[in-house]
Amino acid sequence: MNATTGAIRLGLRRGWTEFMQSIRSAQDQGYFLFTALAVLGYLILRRNSEVEGSDLLYPTVALPSILGALIAFGMVIGPAYALAMEREDGTLLRLKAAPHGLTGYFTGQLLFHSLGMLPQLLVILVPSFLLFDGLMSGGLGGWVTMVWVLVLGLLALLPIGMIIGAVVPNTQKVGSWGMLPVIVLAGISGIFYPIQQLWVWVQVVAQVFPMYWLGLGMRSAFLPDEAAALEIGGSWRTGMTVLVLLLWTVIGAVLTPAVLRRMSRRQSGSQVEAARQSATQWVK
Amino acid sequence: MTVEQRPDPSKATEPTGDEPVVEVRDLRMRYGTHDVLTGVDFEVRRGEVLALLGPNGAGKTTTIEILEGFRARSAGDVRVLGSDPAHAGEDWKARVGVVLQSWRDHPRWTPRRLLTQLGGFYAPYSTPQRRRPHDLDALLQTVGLTELADQKIATLSGGQRRRLDVAVGIVGRPDLLFLDEPTAGFDPHARREFHNLVHRLSDLEQTTILLTTHDLDEAEKLADRILILAGGRIVADGSADQLARQVATDAQVTWTLDGERFVHATADATPFVRQLFAQHGEQVADLEVRRASLEDTYMTLVAQHELGGKPSAEVRLFTEGAR
Repeated sequence: MNATTGAIRLGLRRGWTEFMQSIRSAQDQGYFLFTALAVLGYLILRRNSEVEGSDLLYPTVALPSILGALIAFGMVIGPAYALAMEREDGTLLRLKAAPHGLTGYFTGQLLFHSLGMLPQLLVILVPSFLLFDGLMSGGLGGWVTMVWVLVLGLLALLPIGMIIGAVVPNTQKVGSWGMLPVIVLAGISGIFYPIQQLWVWVQVVAQVFPMYWLGLGMRSAFLPDEAAALEIGGSWRTGMTVLVLLLWTVIGAVLTPAVLRRMSRRQSGSQVEAARQSATQWVK
Repeated sequence: MTVEQRPDPSKATEPTGDEPVVEVRDLRMRYGTHDVLTGVDFEVRRGEVLALLGPNGAGKTTTIEILEGFRARSAGDVRVLGSDPAHAGEDWKARVGVVLQSWRDHPRWTPRRLLTQLGGFYAPYSTPQRRRPHDLDALLQTVGLTELADQKIATLSGGQRRRLDVAVGIVGRPDLLFLDEPTAGFDPHARREFHNLVHRLSDLEQTTILLTTHDLDEAEKLADRILILAGGRIVADGSADQLARQVATDAQVTWTLDGERFVHATADATPFVRQLFAQHGEQVADLEVRRASLEDTYMTLVAQHELGGKPSAEVRLFTEGAR
């Protein structure tokens, strides 16, 4: 058996094990339940308001955007936190000590965080479809679009999360280095507020990052074609969505291995020990 | 793929004569302007258990991390199992075990799952002479975690976690094992168990072991040879006996005469005791001759170094005065 393919297989098993452990853990179930209740509560409150310029109800338009934002958030912040923490607690070092262990580790991370999207989608989609009408106007084609948008979004976003997790000085900093920019981007990406009403330069910034395009792609999957009139340029800009997400995927694929290699080279027992000391030190 | 370029592990694992497992020549390490290692030389032979002693900040952990390949050195020549650890490939890792201290990693895993997962990486390096990874049940038994094998790691006590750390370190049946302060925080029972484990690894598996410790008693019990690292250099190298002779520390003779207790330090106890009997005959009671312990030797050697290489007679006076 080739050692590298063996390590990839072990990594897939690792990711699966971590996924099963995650959906069985009360902590992670609590997170999914909380996001589901928050989103549904927000949509229920505004269930009867119509979206300006169309005869669509607010939940219909907001749901795909919110799903896009939640997925983007999970795909960036999840891996960032996981990697920052596992650098500090020695998980990564344990795998670094094993032959091809890092290959296994990163394979496991990719699978684990990709799978982690599924419960997030389910807990929001299932009750939404029971509560609201006319959420998916595209039929089967719409579902297919949703799947490819999600896959492309995943490929574009996961590397960003991993790079943040690899470069932050410690876990606490994921909040300011990762969470804050993601929340700001979510705010300007047309999820809660129509992007056209923002300043032009803000619109440009939002369109540089994959989050806006993930939301747009999700809306194109769920909403009827007429709703494209609400978007920039009055179009779903499907080609552009694919292009931007692929571009981020390529950037990620080129950059991430180098960043991860540099980060893992610096892993050692005394570095982990120092992180432990500083994590147990409350006042700094 | 690096696998094809490197020597076949099945051949490399076989004892190949007397070449050392670890060879260190003029190893230097500098952090910024601070020199931690200023020219370290030593060798570890196959099957040997070597203890690295030294005061805090002497560079023990730095040395061991350079040998583990976790840290880049500033200068010097280092060969571990025939390769430079700074550039060694994945095959090399399959033959090296590192016992790392965990604190909160893998909390949701069980020892069985974790050892199966980590052991899996060593399976491609199995040879008829050395089956890799370790048989799981035997390994759990060895570290005394059989009953806890299916509990979440988060629920293990500190001592149990440390035993799991040891299991992770040896799951790949390494030819060379690094132990950095392995028994820190162990209770006496766990320490005894751990010492037995080290003896078993060394005797039955022919594992070469390099350990650092602050426990001199432990070093004396486990190690075939002891190195003392002070001020960035090796200041002593030998078995506990050899070190004691090298330093020529005094033996301590105590006795009572008419109910009064006497203590005398002497370099050569035998003629002194002979003379004592010749002088007082049967009045001498409670005679006790205590040879210098490893602790005395260690203190003397480290003090010698800290005084900056002053003549050893002065050092002896200094350490005696300090007692």
